[in-house]
Amino acid sequence: MARMPDTSLSIRISVRVIYLARLREAFGSTGETLALDDNNAPTVESIVRALRDRGGAWAHELAPDRAVRFAVNHRLAQRTQAVTDGDEVAIFPPVTGG
Amino acid sequence: MTVRVQTADFDIGAEIARLREGHRSVGAIASFIGTVRDVNDASTITGLTLEHYPGMTEAALEEIVAEARGRFDIRDALVIHRVGALAPGDQIVLVAVTSAHRGMAFDACEFIMDALKTRAPFWKKERLPDGERWVEARASDDEAARRW
Repeated sequence: MARMPDTSLSIRISVRVIYLARLREAFGSTGETLALDDNNAPTVESIVRALRDRGGAWAHELAPDRAVRFAVNHRLAQRTQAVTDGDEVAIFPPVTGG
Repeated sequence: MTVRVQTADFDIGAEIARLREGHRSVGAIASFIGTVRDVNDASTITGLTLEHYPGMTEAALEEIVAEARGRFDIRDALVIHRVGALAPGDQIVLVAVTSAHRGMAFDACEFIMDALKTRAPFWKKERLPDGERWVEARASDDEAARRW
């Protein structure tokens, strides 16, 4: 008989988060490793919400009306993009090169 | 080598000579150089520091050049972007494109710059006489990139 998956088991995934330019300075950090609950289908937005809940500069810089950009594994990404174990997620202001 | 991110300056003559070398079918070369201004938003600028995202920067530029190759009938393209501390008058970025005829070279050069301005992970921090400030992205750059 096939057994039903044990949905009570919480699987934690680990994501490397990188802060760049003005956000690195505002957060006083180049980056950190965050643990997320894989059962909640984590996305870039889940990370933003977790960081925003810290308050202070985190809540201010990541407020919904602020222009923030993201990259997952070195490719530009939307907030809705799913993240998985081992991903590198960069959070930064709109780019100003050239 | 299609894209380079470097602290060192570049010589447009030498770079274009290398890009053209051995390609006699090339009839047009379009280039763009961006330089550091000494004024921005009515403030005196004494210098710039350019930060980037190592690991992503080259990949983002390569992708933009690949997209330009797909959209325009060009022979070759080169992008050089400097990082680190720069002074007013310094060169920041070079885009050079070779093609058979001028139209494609002009268009591809402008497309690459517009895409770079909105998709390549570089950030400018300006030095002013009384401190520093991060440059804010311009809505006009988003509009320029949307044209394509």
